[in-house]
Amino acid sequence: MSEDLKIIDEVTGSDYKWGFVSNIEADTAPKGLNEDTIRFISAKKNEPQWMLDYRLKAFNQWKKMEEPSWAHVNYPKIDFQDIIYYSAPKPKKTLNSLDELDPEVKATFDKLGISLEEQKRLSGVAVDAVIDSVSVKTTFRDELAKLGIIFCSFSEAVREHPELVKKYMGSVVPYTDNFYAALNSAVFSDGSFCYIPKGVRCPMELSTYFRINSAGTGQFERTLIIADEGAYTSYLEGCTAPQRDENQLHAAVVEIYAHKDAQVKYSTVQNWYPGDKNGKGGVYNFVTKRGLCAGERAKISWTQVETGSAITWKYPSVILKGDHSIGEFYSVAVTNNMQQADTGTKMIHIGKNTSSTIISKGISGGKSNNSYRGLVRIGKNALNARNFSQCDSLLLGDRCGAHTFPYIECSNPTAKVEHEATTSKVGEDQIFYCNQRGISTEDAVGLIVNGYCKEVFNQLPMEFAVEAQKLLAVSLEGSVG
Amino acid sequence: MLSIKNLKANIEDKEILKGLNLEINPGEVHAIMGPNGSGKSTLASVLAGRDEYDVTGGEVVFKGEDILELSPEDRARKGIFLAFQYPIEIPGVSNANFMKTAVNEVRKSKGLAPLDSKEFLKLMREKMQLVQVDKTMTQRSVNEGFSGGEKKRNEIFQMAMLEPELGILDETDSGLDIDALRIVSDGVNALRDGKRSFIVITHYQRLLDYIVPDFVHVLYKGRIVKSGTKELALELEEKGYDWIKEEVEI
Repeated sequence: MSEDLKIIDEVTGSDYKWGFVSNIEADTAPKGLNEDTIRFISAKKNEPQWMLDYRLKAFNQWKKMEEPSWAHVNYPKIDFQDIIYYSAPKPKKTLNSLDELDPEVKATFDKLGISLEEQKRLSGVAVDAVIDSVSVKTTFRDELAKLGIIFCSFSEAVREHPELVKKYMGSVVPYTDNFYAALNSAVFSDGSFCYIPKGVRCPMELSTYFRINSAGTGQFERTLIIADEGAYTSYLEGCTAPQRDENQLHAAVVEIYAHKDAQVKYSTVQNWYPGDKNGKGGVYNFVTKRGLCAGERAKISWTQVETGSAITWKYPSVILKGDHSIGEFYSVAVTNNMQQADTGTKMIHIGKNTSSTIISKGISGGKSNNSYRGLVRIGKNALNARNFSQCDSLLLGDRCGAHTFPYIECSNPTAKVEHEATTSKVGEDQIFYCNQRGISTEDAVGLIVNGYCKEVFNQLPMEFAVEAQKLLAVSLEGSVG
Repeated sequence: MLSIKNLKANIEDKEILKGLNLEINPGEVHAIMGPNGSGKSTLASVLAGRDEYDVTGGEVVFKGEDILELSPEDRARKGIFLAFQYPIEIPGVSNANFMKTAVNEVRKSKGLAPLDSKEFLKLMREKMQLVQVDKTMTQRSVNEGFSGGEKKRNEIFQMAMLEPELGILDETDSGLDIDALRIVSDGVNALRDGKRSFIVITHYQRLLDYIVPDFVHVLYKGRIVKSGTKELALELEEKGYDWIKEEVEI
């Protein structure tokens, strides 16, 4: 192994920087999953009967389903009876201002560098902070309410806006969709709900920070975003989790429903605990994210920067049902040490003149495995559908793997589908060139990798792009960040 | 400022430098010429600290310190700059961003505060003029899609930005037309301030019409076998290397 490779190894083999545990009194369900667990969760959340019925239907469906095994990942079998399905910080009372936030919770955010005040003041971002499973704090609610925008926790939406939840929940990702979607539908804890009314352009980036906290807690987030005709919103989701020895299961569902002429931009920065150098611990991230362009000219864009989790299994997808609708997927997935990622997207073209773009950048270091898996399906009525896919893989060192599994199914002869793929290595020449200009190997790798991801970072909102770059630097450079 | 004594270096167990000696004082320009395969580029790489080369003997003292154990970045921070024969492309990283990182790393090593964006832009504007680098060139990705001439101009621009004490030009004239050669040479000459030293590696006497050296050395089979002043370059141009080879073989 040359000197550069050794350095890359040291750099990429570094430990998770944000591993710490905060001590918040949790209110937890007993381990295991049965109807009683579901009733416990539903009762805890003061849910109406219809919500409980939905959960129970999903649970019955889940029992009949099998855990999928087709992804290019390896992990020991999950014991679903050994998981705590509900854990909430004890609610003191409803919070009116940030000052009332649990000091421990606040300190946790501060450690992560997420200062709510600062975000409020500097960037005008409305933050719906989720610690474990319950929405702790929602800001800018009033301001949004004036425009008719609803932005609240999912449980609140169930109570306050049952007609919307009933109408849209499961309309994009039904509980019958897959094993983890069914599980989520049965036990989901909380998440965010967002509704943008007709013709309204949401004036700020909506943002949620997720954080897994109690040991051995499965977290089952549920997010639903509805953009009515001609509405626009940009939604940010960012995650970090503290260090744990046991594997933590995370199976979220995100649904986006875009009506005619609506636009939704959904950006994620995910930095869950990836496990240590030897692959011990880490989060299993099995997520179902899907958007439906229901009406004409609707547009949904997914942008994701994935650096964390021991295992990532995630395919943010777009169903292009409305004519002239547009789907986009921009992704950076970084795997390091023993991490495994099987991620990509699905673009399902149903309407006429629909178009989709896929830009995927995979970066693998250590002994990790990084797979792109994507499906482009052109239905038989999807006249003049158009897709462009570009899948690039970058290897750091010589013990990691990069794989690409593109699936293309085309049932309409007028469609145009393009696929480009490249694989490259961070060259010793590039590193030496940087070194010769006074830049250390660690910084050089960060610089080169950030350059490589530029197309995707350009899609992120400004403040998020900066965070993503930092995160990438941290993931690849240990404590340097 | 630079003293090379009996330097020996291998690449993949093949000995390239076989006991090279060279003394350079502040402000001097030393041209190194020699036939293909004599070890010129190896010398440049070894001085810069490239990993593939194993130094098997001798010493290189720069400003009173043996640098052979130092990493390439530490050598760069101490003031050694190598203008590459084949500059490397770094897609997605703008030239300006690259230079800002480099300049601030060098400053940090000297205990200086990093330049903020405004100060950096000011410095960059000043140095851009030296080698006729325009604004679009600083915004493009490092060397990506640059023409041969642009790449070489960019190397000199970077040198001007980093203000090294020793500049090593590794065949900077190769692939340049007359106009580009003049621009690059003017840039180098503008950086000659009586203190900064240069090692100019070249095949052609032509470059030395523009960058006039104080000394000319002939490198052959891993050793400097003949040294002289700029007239030596003219003599080589006229007679080739055979007469030197003969001298050495005897």
